[in-house]
Amino acid sequence: MSKFTKKKSGELPAVNTASLPDIVFMLLFFFMVVTVLRNNNLMVRNQLPKADQIEKLKKDRSVYIFAGKPSARYEEKYGREGKIQIGDKFTDVTNLKFALTEARQKLLPELQDKVMVALKVDGETNTGLVNDIKQELRELNMLKLIYITAQGNELDK
Amino acid sequence: MARRATPEVNAGSMADIAFLLLIFFLVTTTIEKDKGIARQLPPIEPPTEKPPLIKEKNLFIVNVNRKDQLLVEENLMDLKNLRAAAIEFLDNGGAEAGSQEYCDYCKGKRSPSSSDNPEKAVISVQNDRLTSYKMYIAVQNELVAAYNFLRDRESQRLYGWKFTEMKKDLDEGNFSGNEMVLQEKLDNIQKLFPLKLSEAEPKKSGQ
Repeated sequence: MSKFTKKKSGELPAVNTASLPDIVFMLLFFFMVVTVLRNNNLMVRNQLPKADQIEKLKKDRSVYIFAGKPSARYEEKYGREGKIQIGDKFTDVTNLKFALTEARQKLLPELQDKVMVALKVDGETNTGLVNDIKQELRELNMLKLIYITAQGNELDK
Repeated sequence: MARRATPEVNAGSMADIAFLLLIFFLVTTTIEKDKGIARQLPPIEPPTEKPPLIKEKNLFIVNVNRKDQLLVEENLMDLKNLRAAAIEFLDNGGAEAGSQEYCDYCKGKRSPSSSDNPEKAVISVQNDRLTSYKMYIAVQNELVAAYNFLRDRESQRLYGWKFTEMKKDLDEGNFSGNEMVLQEKLDNIQKLFPLKLSEAEPKKSGQ
């Protein structure tokens, strides 16, 4: 009758890993949904200055302008002076209006009047360049602007 | 041998494939969190219009030179003292008691040589073209901080909450209650201390 006696093995039962793929898939979907693939390739240095009195940016109605010295990769080609980048290419101050109008047209039509310009400017840039940009913005009547900054304060270092 | 059971597909490597994808997305994800100092630019005025006259005592001039040094009201100043100086200027309330411009919520020194009331007080920032952007933002940040401090104080006194916290809640959609009423209250506070920051055309370096 030894047939019916249970074999008592000392081994631990293996952990059931059948639900592992499910868990991983769940995580996978989460990251797939929140991922925003970078759509503009940064060609300037962009070490943002720090500030703490800040507001949040509404992304659906914003146009980005980057400015700063060209990053190391582009230094040879474009020199070391501060440059403006909109979209994927460098823009001159004189061309700024055209580039901005173009960028604005890519927004949803009902939001084009509420457009907000997000300035992402490197901390080492001269204010003169920023002022040129602001002057162009005034002429275009795009008066809302936000200086994108990093979290923190310049004072505590 | 009419029908053989179809062999089961081995799903053992499914987890591996999913992991691979997961790691790819983990690496490429940049959860963007863009925040910054919002500002409204002044529209271009027709050249015929005369700029409004502002009394000198109602003007707080902050000068930043090409070496990132601060000159506040003709005195050299460290950046860390700017906030307190701006608060003192805005909160001064120098108009005489009983006059129309009297500021009854100001808690400053009421010095007659400083600003009449927050409504009239204007902070003017002058930059050099060679001032670094970092410094520019730091100065703007300190000045906005001064306004926020005073607004917080007034909202605390009138409504029992902090202006900046409530505004943040409203912006992020965390506020549960009547948004219209809150917006009205926020506007009220803003009216008490309106943000009046002017920026002069930058001088060319060396002038």
